[in-house]
Amino acid sequence: MKYVIIGNSAAGVGCIEGIRQVDREGEITVISNEPYHTYSRPLISYLLYGKTDEQKMKYRPDDFYEKNNVNFIYGNVTKIDSTAKTVEYETSILVYDKLLVATGSRAFVPPFAGLDGVAERYTFMSLNDAKALEQAISQDKRVLIVGAGLIGLKCAEGIAARVKSVTVADLADRILPSILDEQGAGIVQRHIESKGIKFKLSANITRFEGNTAILDGGDAIDFDILVLAVGVRPNTALLGGIADIDKGIIVNEKSETSAENIYAAGDCTQTIDASSGKSKIMALLPNAYMQGEIAGLNMAGFTSTLKPRFIPMNAIGFFGLHIITAGGCQLTIDNGQLTINKSDNYRRFFVDNGVLRGYILIGNVEKAGIYTSLIREQIPLVHIDFELLKEKPGLMAFSREDRAKKLTI
Amino acid sequence: MKRVYVNEQWCLGCRLCEYYCAFAGIGGADMARTLKGVKINPRICVEENNGISFAVSCRHCEEPLCVKSCITGALTVNSDGGVIVVDKSRCVGCYTCILSCPYGAVSPSDDGVIQKCELCVKTVSGVPACVQGCPNNAIVFEERCVAL
Repeated sequence: MKYVIIGNSAAGVGCIEGIRQVDREGEITVISNEPYHTYSRPLISYLLYGKTDEQKMKYRPDDFYEKNNVNFIYGNVTKIDSTAKTVEYETSILVYDKLLVATGSRAFVPPFAGLDGVAERYTFMSLNDAKALEQAISQDKRVLIVGAGLIGLKCAEGIAARVKSVTVADLADRILPSILDEQGAGIVQRHIESKGIKFKLSANITRFEGNTAILDGGDAIDFDILVLAVGVRPNTALLGGIADIDKGIIVNEKSETSAENIYAAGDCTQTIDASSGKSKIMALLPNAYMQGEIAGLNMAGFTSTLKPRFIPMNAIGFFGLHIITAGGCQLTIDNGQLTINKSDNYRRFFVDNGVLRGYILIGNVEKAGIYTSLIREQIPLVHIDFELLKEKPGLMAFSREDRAKKLTI
Repeated sequence: MKRVYVNEQWCLGCRLCEYYCAFAGIGGADMARTLKGVKINPRICVEENNGISFAVSCRHCEEPLCVKSCITGALTVNSDGGVIVVDKSRCVGCYTCILSCPYGAVSPSDDGVIQKCELCVKTVSGVPACVQGCPNNAIVFEERCVAL
């Protein structure tokens, strides 16, 4: 059996580990457009922050490819031929029996007027991006980051101590709009501001004039370095005309695309969100790994009755303040229930039809996974002491029988 | 593999397991002297409410969500027996494992990363310190054949 994996990040690694649980002999080739040993993409901000280094960023040990008998190719795939079952890259063609597309996502760069006139502009998605930004920054540089989402803010944290100033601008009226509600966003924003980072929210950048961003209404932000962290887009082009694509490549619970013998996993895909039942892109490392592993198991012929359940979920921290969210955390759900403790200790739960659909924890995040499991499994809250659980996460909230299942078998 | 199991009906809520766990992490000659006045941060935690108590520590799941979710690769399944271990030098303290663990068995450590039970079986008796220290057999170390 010949396996080809396009992409060398979490989904690709998951696929390798999935295949090798079943098939020790098959020929695995990984082709990546990055010349690196597999590394953890979310760690690029920690690299600039000084909390990790290139060696420790490796997502798997140095002997990973050797131990798993994987052939690694540094190359840029230009075409998939699903009839001939081949993958073309610069210099050659690979033949596959089973193919995984784990091409990830890329930074979305809006067509701002005058952007070409900005000399120092960067995106923040890859190790090369981080290295380029690291070369550019210094203590006398003012940095403007466009985008107050996860990537933009982690970038801000990573470089804050190494530059003169950081300003984060976003079109939205709050930070982290994809994971936080208004109140939670306010708490996190104030904390980040206390570390010297400035925000410009509801900021509609109309154009760039050299190193000045001109906002709708006439305000201007001067900068030396521009980081564009507006959003990401899935890399789906290779499967255009071959498999069904909506926003991302559509995959089922086996990580199969609509094309025979072609699987997809990670940020380039969209699949069912178990918390809402809707098909969406959930571009998160844990989901990427697990989708990749399921793809690998299935590619190698393993038939599992286990159905994966993916949900949006994030664990992230800024300057020591931790945030954990899961499920639907936007104000689209009625009957949202609110519990607030101290100002830096925020908890919010979104309950709908007797099940937990989402939660936000800021500050104290202990045992958050118990809440996550309620969302993932859609456990009816009548079966547990949810009032106790909201105040004090623990297995105590479950019935004695359920607890016994968890702790004695 | 052998795991730590809980006999809820035997738990006295004495929290000695927490102290033995903390002591196993710190080391020293005498537990009482080492831990006197110390705010402990054990990897096993006793839950208590309305006269019910029981200890919770890592289940060492066969399909470990913490390991699969770990963004750095710091959490791994030990190749020689299925124990889930953490390489603290690679952990950045993002807490994705805390987000993922359905038992609440991964917690922040005092040194800014995470901690969890790693089954300290290299004790003199060959059983984890919490089990050894439990005065009432409320936590036991056994092989039970049902897969998690």
